[in-house]
Amino acid sequence: MGDYESYMKGSPLEVKVITKRFGLANSTSIDVYLETDGYQALAKAFEMGPAAVISEVKNSGLRGRGGAGFNTGMKWSFVPKDTSKPKYIVCNADESEPGTCKDRPLMESDPHQLIEGIIIAGFAIGARQGYIYIRGEYRYLLDILDRAIAEAYGRGYLGRNILNSGFDFELATHTGAGAYECGEETALLNSLEGLRGYPRVKPPFPAVVGLYGCPTIVNNVETLCNVPAILRMGAEAYARLGTPKNGGTRLFCLSGHIRRPGVYELPMGFNLKRMIEEVGGGVPGGKALKAVIPGGSSCPVLAASEVDVAMDFESVARIGSMLGSGGVIIMDEDTCMVKALLRIEKFYAHESCGWCIPCREGTAWLKNLLQRFHDGGGTEQDPDTALDVSFNILGKTLCPLGDAAALPGISFIQKFRHEFEEHLKLGACPFERRAVAVT
Amino acid sequence: MLSEALKAKFDQVIARYPVKRSAIVPLLLFGQDEIGYISDELVEEIARRVEVRPIEVIEDISYYSMLHRQPIGKYNLQVCTNISCLLRGGEEILEHCRRRLGIDPKGTTPDGLFSLEEVECLGACCGAPAMQVNYEFYENLTPEKVDRLIEELRIRTANGHPR
Repeated sequence: MGDYESYMKGSPLEVKVITKRFGLANSTSIDVYLETDGYQALAKAFEMGPAAVISEVKNSGLRGRGGAGFNTGMKWSFVPKDTSKPKYIVCNADESEPGTCKDRPLMESDPHQLIEGIIIAGFAIGARQGYIYIRGEYRYLLDILDRAIAEAYGRGYLGRNILNSGFDFELATHTGAGAYECGEETALLNSLEGLRGYPRVKPPFPAVVGLYGCPTIVNNVETLCNVPAILRMGAEAYARLGTPKNGGTRLFCLSGHIRRPGVYELPMGFNLKRMIEEVGGGVPGGKALKAVIPGGSSCPVLAASEVDVAMDFESVARIGSMLGSGGVIIMDEDTCMVKALLRIEKFYAHESCGWCIPCREGTAWLKNLLQRFHDGGGTEQDPDTALDVSFNILGKTLCPLGDAAALPGISFIQKFRHEFEEHLKLGACPFERRAVAVT
Repeated sequence: MLSEALKAKFDQVIARYPVKRSAIVPLLLFGQDEIGYISDELVEEIARRVEVRPIEVIEDISYYSMLHRQPIGKYNLQVCTNISCLLRGGEEILEHCRRRLGIDPKGTTPDGLFSLEEVECLGACCGAPAMQVNYEFYENLTPEKVDRLIEELRIRTANGHPR
């Protein structure tokens, strides 16, 4: 099990909605869950009926926490109602966007909250089967979730005629085995069907043609964990926690050069500068902030001068980046931006599934060019070539992995071009001489 | 030969899906957990159980980074050097492991005890630098912590503990 304490340092600025059971003794057990409002939302959902549940979630302003930020209730409403095919709900627990480690504590500390969210989602769309697709590296979570699922069956929250509602629902875990691409929902569905995790052409979207060709909703762990709270407190109260178009709270993962790295539950729209300084305790060692990646490594980097921004989907988009998956990566003044970008592109080159040529070739080009450049073999043309490669990946692939590689490339080079020029002038990395010590 | 417990687990997992081949990756991972790697026998057994040709199982194996066709060390040190770990010394941890074990990434020590891998994000960004030894997470690493861990694993093996 992980070093739990290092994730949950806590902050008085937190608003604990989906992390409220974290730290309770035996928080994974169904008894503790039931003592703390557990499975009450499910009973309420059965009273409301599927259509009312969908509109409640729509009105709450809950948006997908996996990265895309689409309105969850809206997504559910795309499932056809007049189909004879079975429907599926799939929980995306393939968390693997660098900088993101929030679904892990959600499953580790409160598995029943996720299970309740999945059952409600299943009821809302008319699914009778759900799967939780967990990345292979999170093997210990598979055991925690399997145990919790068995408990839920034992108490009648899963299986036949749940709470005498007439609703039947089965739930099982499924494991991946190491592939970032499987976090993309159509690649995930292929993987869940026992195929290589290549993305599918969209449309049709999974809500219409998904798992085994049937209507399927794929939602992120954190998204589904919010559903019980929305039904318990009501859409309006939940929405009010955030900003007008961004309901509720969000788990932000502060990592990198920050005094108190950790996962913090904060209202949507919380100011990024305050998050770094007041929640995370600022940059250690008295160093200045250089840059922040606001939502996982695929999001365009922000310079220190840009971080006075509200962390909601629109505000971050307005300054040219993305809220993404909540992974806030902080970099101090001694960070080499060429090296940081090189590491990010090395990742995307490794994880490109190879299906779309711009991504397969482009990510490898970026990695090789940046490696040579950082090693001192750069040419004046290289930054523009890297930009050109990035723009030729952007928007030209089936899935967002291509964009995920292109956007950091473009933003790092455009905002920190002077560092590339410094490398050229020196014929070496100007930062390697300085020791990388983290206090 | 696969153990009876593993065969029972296989049956239980396959029953979760309306289409048997969905079980391929979980079965590969659970089989590898028991055997240590994916043997030809395991490939054939899984193919037979989910009713596909062995080549279709092999096609899946080559897609996923955690599946091994060759035996690896008893303890697989998987060091993350992705961005959040890089910023907090992940590369130094990898270099330290390399020197301490005398092997390069993807290598195994001659006694078969340790393997080393440089891996992508493990989802341990707030505990960076981090690594996994087999499935166990070790976070907020320092070279000293790595030394202590390696020593502990050696002692554990000497005392005959399973992995």
